[in-house]
Amino acid sequence: MKKLIAALAVSLMGLIGTAVAGDYPERPVLMMVSYGAGGATDFQARIVTMTAGNEDALGMPIAIINKPGAGGRVGWNWFATEAEKDGYTLAAYNIPHVVAQSIKGGVDYSTDSFEPIANWGADPAVFVVGKDSPMNSMADVVAFAKENPGKLTFSGAGLFVGHHIAALQIEKAAGVKMAYIPTKGGGAAAMKAVIAGDVMGGVNNLSDAFRAASAGNIKILGVADLERNEFLPDVPTMKEQGLDVDNASVNFRGVMVPKGTPQEVIDKLAATVPEMFKNARVAKRMKAGGSPMHIMTREEVQAMWAARQATLEELLKGL
Amino acid sequence: MEFIYYFGEVFTPISMLLLIGGTIGGLILGATPGLSPTMAVALLIPFTFHLTPVHGLILLGAAYTSTVAGGAVSAILLKIPGAPANIATTLDGHTMAQKGEGAKALQLSFISSLIGGVFGVLLLIFLTPVLAQWALAFGPSHLFWLAILGVTVIGSLESNSVVKGLLSGCIGMWLATIGFDDMLGVKRFVFHSSLGGGVNIIPALIGLFAIPQVITMFSKGRYDTSVEQIKVKKHPIGAAFKEVISRKMSLMIGTITGSIIGLIPGVGGQIAGLVAYDQSKKFSPEKAKFGTGHSEGVIAAESANNAMVGPSLVPLLTLSIPGSPTAAVLLGGLLIHGIFPGTDLFDNHPDVAWPFINSMLIGQILMCVFGIYIASFAARVAQVPQSVMAATVLGLALFGSYAVQQSMGDVYVMAVLGTMMYFLERFGFSAAPLVLGLILGPIAEANFVQGSMIAGATDGAFTYFFTGGLNIFLIAIAILSIGYSAWSELSTRKESA
Repeated sequence: MKKLIAALAVSLMGLIGTAVAGDYPERPVLMMVSYGAGGATDFQARIVTMTAGNEDALGMPIAIINKPGAGGRVGWNWFATEAEKDGYTLAAYNIPHVVAQSIKGGVDYSTDSFEPIANWGADPAVFVVGKDSPMNSMADVVAFAKENPGKLTFSGAGLFVGHHIAALQIEKAAGVKMAYIPTKGGGAAAMKAVIAGDVMGGVNNLSDAFRAASAGNIKILGVADLERNEFLPDVPTMKEQGLDVDNASVNFRGVMVPKGTPQEVIDKLAATVPEMFKNARVAKRMKAGGSPMHIMTREEVQAMWAARQATLEELLKGL
Repeated sequence: MEFIYYFGEVFTPISMLLLIGGTIGGLILGATPGLSPTMAVALLIPFTFHLTPVHGLILLGAAYTSTVAGGAVSAILLKIPGAPANIATTLDGHTMAQKGEGAKALQLSFISSLIGGVFGVLLLIFLTPVLAQWALAFGPSHLFWLAILGVTVIGSLESNSVVKGLLSGCIGMWLATIGFDDMLGVKRFVFHSSLGGGVNIIPALIGLFAIPQVITMFSKGRYDTSVEQIKVKKHPIGAAFKEVISRKMSLMIGTITGSIIGLIPGVGGQIAGLVAYDQSKKFSPEKAKFGTGHSEGVIAAESANNAMVGPSLVPLLTLSIPGSPTAAVLLGGLLIHGIFPGTDLFDNHPDVAWPFINSMLIGQILMCVFGIYIASFAARVAQVPQSVMAATVLGLALFGSYAVQQSMGDVYVMAVLGTMMYFLERFGFSAAPLVLGLILGPIAEANFVQGSMIAGATDGAFTYFFTGGLNIFLIAIAILSIGYSAWSELSTRKESA
């Protein structure tokens, strides 16, 4: 009898063991997006996870939930402190936002609170001006800013987000002071300010700027990235125009889990998710939407997070 | 007149099916507290993955139109505005329902929605290029003055006392400062983790309007005999049409105010209903009847909030700038199919753009037909015993505030604000001005800070905020509006004294 019970216990333990590691995921998975429905992050998250239910991916669908507010802080606070650490709750990350916000403080997370899984997209910041602006290159922008210190108004989506980082880097590289005007309401409000002429220029997402430029509403003067972008082969990078601006402001989007998630689950996700992003249907939809893809594995993302942490600590010192 | 060629696409079997499905679904979603038009459209986006771009957009367009109108159902029957757009509808609509005239209120609301909505979509069809320029004309200083103009509306929402109305507005504006501030990067009044993102408007709306009612109903006990059974009156549809037509002034004010305000990016539909309500009260010969279940109140509010639907899409469709949260979701729906709004949309995809716009036109009519069809059944809600009603409303309030972003924090916010409002109401304050403060506070503040930053780098604050035709125009209207409220309050005091 005792033997029987022992055997039962062992087999039960075996069952539970495999249930945790081998069979994950057994039910649909949630993914939290810390921006509102319809925003670029939400929109891309929905596209890149649409094939999750395929047999060669997770075999279970991923459902998106939105927890917007305070530039992403609300969602990431929730994710760091309240989310289940069982692998059934994922989140989308936005770098440099997570890093910059944690350096600035007042939040319950840092990059140590999360485990990256994979990166799907990279949306560089670009410098834009209205279609009738006399400025046609970053050199014109810098020249104007040198002659009129603090008088060049330019918009961006809030503080301690990619746009703000790019603005700080441009000012630092050119050695000028300009007037950064953060807008409430994300990149769309910042773009409206440029098109309407409320401000003289702006920093915005490449994907949104690409659409506005192809509609003939704005001019794009420079890309804050290491290389030119496939969507804008004719627009030079900041570096090409003599401004020492790297890719620290590029908005990297990807998937992460909270620290404390079982290693087997992390390994399984790290192996499957980048492959899932490579799906041809996903690539087609992303390209159609003007969203640049940039797939990175867990190891590559870990290196990128660490590099951002170092750059931004330096840049945001004293702010 | 290009749009007429594309009507054929709307009348194919699949499109009609989607249009009818989207309209009925939208009415139900809209009538559910907590499911705002933005959420309804966002919920439908995944379905459009499997549809062609045209069919996907027809579904979204139908849902957008009908959720805005559907919000009136819960505003009238339960006194819970489904979305900020329906706040003004509660003022007279719910009082009508309590008098047993729920069917009439619903009919008036759907007919006014139809008229306002069709006008708005026609503007979108014919005047888009002109309107796009107008939408861009509003910079930070103008939006600031517009918000101040909105504050002056408070005077007519609070019928007892202008001072108490303004105080309620101040409480609302203070509540709006809670949370992380994007402009200056600081935390304000965040004493609890659920307040990090500030007070979300939908849970706040539900709490402020629903909870005081629930407490009042429960406090009467189960066997309350003091209220007599409400007789729900039937109301012929013809009479409702006649009523709407005879209230030309309110209908016109509602439709035009809604269209103009809907156009302005960032302000949009949230205040269209309230401003229209205020204006039509000021111009009406029967001012005193507003707030007591007067048909003009419902007509102005509902024609305004549906008139705003068409123009609110102008900045999106012409400049690719989403002017409202719902437009942002629609942008996602377009991009997923590789369609960029902007000139590209009308030049290269007229076969998508026009059927989408046309479907909103047909959607308005379907919305009105189905809405009127359910009105007489729905009005019987007023006969439900108070004890049952209280439990149902409480359930809906909990569900609705949780559903916004699957957050218990929002439920706490709803409960705390609601309980607070119960006591405030006992002291003669009311919810509508408070909510208006909550909506306008952030608009006024963000635009003031932004404007000051721009002014600081350019010509200085005085030039920036006080010169230029549009600034002066808005300031003048604000002063007139305050002056009028003060004058009419003083003169009624004299009369009663």
